[in-house]
Amino acid sequence: MAEKINKEKDCSTFGLRKINMIADKKNIAIPDFRHTAPVDQVGVEERASRFTKRSIKKETKLNGLLLALNMIDLTTLEGKDSDGKVKQLCYKAMHLHDAYPGLPTVAAICVYPSMVKVAKAALGDSGIKVAAVATAFPSGQSSRAVKLSDTRFALANGADEIDMVISRGKFLQGEYNYVFDEIAAIKDACGDTRLKVILETGELGTYDKVRKASEIAMYAGADFIKTSTGKISPAATMPVTLVMLEAIRDFYYATGKRIAMKPAGGISKSKLALYYLVMLNEVLGEAWMNNHWFRFGASSLANDILMQLEKERTGVYQSPNYFSID
Amino acid sequence: MSISSSRLEILKTYKVYIGGQFPRTESGRYYIASNKKGVALANVCLCSRKDFKDSVVAARNAFAGWSSRAAFNRGQILYRIAEMLEGRKAQFVEELTKQDLTKAAAIAEVESCIDRLIYYSGWCDKFQQIFSAVNPVASSHFNFSVPEPMGVVAAVAPQNTSLLGLVSLIAPIIAGGNTIIILGSTQMPLSAITFAEVLHSSDLPGGVVNILTGKVSELLPYFAEHMDVNAVAFCEPDNAAQQLLKDKAAMNMKRVIIKDDMKWSTATAQSPYMIMDFQEIKTTWHPIENIGGAKAGY
Repeated sequence: MAEKINKEKDCSTFGLRKINMIADKKNIAIPDFRHTAPVDQVGVEERASRFTKRSIKKETKLNGLLLALNMIDLTTLEGKDSDGKVKQLCYKAMHLHDAYPGLPTVAAICVYPSMVKVAKAALGDSGIKVAAVATAFPSGQSSRAVKLSDTRFALANGADEIDMVISRGKFLQGEYNYVFDEIAAIKDACGDTRLKVILETGELGTYDKVRKASEIAMYAGADFIKTSTGKISPAATMPVTLVMLEAIRDFYYATGKRIAMKPAGGISKSKLALYYLVMLNEVLGEAWMNNHWFRFGASSLANDILMQLEKERTGVYQSPNYFSID
Repeated sequence: MSISSSRLEILKTYKVYIGGQFPRTESGRYYIASNKKGVALANVCLCSRKDFKDSVVAARNAFAGWSSRAAFNRGQILYRIAEMLEGRKAQFVEELTKQDLTKAAAIAEVESCIDRLIYYSGWCDKFQQIFSAVNPVASSHFNFSVPEPMGVVAAVAPQNTSLLGLVSLIAPIIAGGNTIIILGSTQMPLSAITFAEVLHSSDLPGGVVNILTGKVSELLPYFAEHMDVNAVAFCEPDNAAQQLLKDKAAMNMKRVIIKDDMKWSTATAQSPYMIMDFQEIKTTWHPIENIGGAKAGY
């Protein structure tokens, strides 16, 4: 507790000073977030577009598709979600397409906190994790106390992972210390449970701000950084993900700590998912090429991948009519 | 005169029509269409299975909108296509004469096409009434049967005409609310693509009609296999090809419609039954109150 108070005080003064990180008990220098290195917009977009020009065929494609399938956080985040809908989605997560032998499952189910208990019970010992979006998702417009209690509610119901949103309004006002403290406070509530920090890049506006928000999140104790809630367009794009992957790489070089990445929203085609994997491999390398370090937040991607896998297996182009909706 | 004789003519590349756009084939392949004397007429796309796959996606996306349009509106659009074709009659006549037709035959063919479009335009909102039924049943249900479009139809246009066979097949299929991917004549592909330009400048939404060019033998297996295609139409009297089509179509129980005995230039080639070949009958049992002990009936 003393550590935590000390940290909150320190980081809100924004000096380049050594403080104790709660997460890994290492001495890490917190940089001055006012002076994050700018991102070369043209360069980033050009590099991101080059990843989409690779030809990935046959065995490589097959393995890539299976890996991407295994990285999916199958998501339902709607006001109309009911117990039945969540149970059905959990069944889908465990039985993606039984006609295809030996398929992996998805990595996790992503639901609202009120649905965690249902999902947990439905998934049983399948090994599929339950991620809960907490902290007044998707806007994050509430008090610290509400956000903390939202998080604790999800954890008490058995959530394996917490997806939080940052306060974009505060961030855009330049109150980086507020954002930092909030993430640190939620991470503190999470304890060992992995925390995904959603930057909602569609609201941040520039790559510079995405980079800055990524760094704030990582230094404040995020285990994952995640692009979007999926409620705002544009959601995940390749350039934005590239900026975040580079932030993860630089953070790793600076601190030796690995952070996971989750692009979410707008990735619905398997070809695009493969391009993301190419990007991941070339920016962060093979150590990140598994579902502990990389996830896709998506709902319709799974079926597109299944259709591609069936196409590879049978040689026949597929129709969505023959795949379960959820 | 000396200037014009030394000028090198440019062969037009006839690009295919997919999803309301004119892309080149994804494969980058082409062939040269020539007439019987061996004069090269144009560069034509040699489509691959991926072009077909893209067309199916476009046709599937267009289906919901096209099939749910008012039948009357579909009739208006078919009429508009006929109007646009009438306006470009001279161009089609010239193109058909290049492809070995006499001037008189070419004019007759284009005029038949226009008339055929008008014919099916009229049927758009009428065939349902002819082929629907209210069925007598022995329970308190209102029971009725109506034709509904099959969905996405993959068709191979009659190979012995450039335009008439193509139009005679497209018109009844789209009149009934289906969307179509059609492979034009391999030997005479020019008018198929020029017709796509007509479709493009009428009010037809993109993706309702997709026109490809290439080899029948190469693409036919994919037409028959694709799981997102609901029906295939084939017009050649080729037993082996028909059998292949039937075998592969069984995979998702596509309907196979063979039209190998049609005389496209005659009036027998047009009828509301052509529309019905690409329709399914849906019967609905609608529960009704049995008022005052009324007897079963309608």
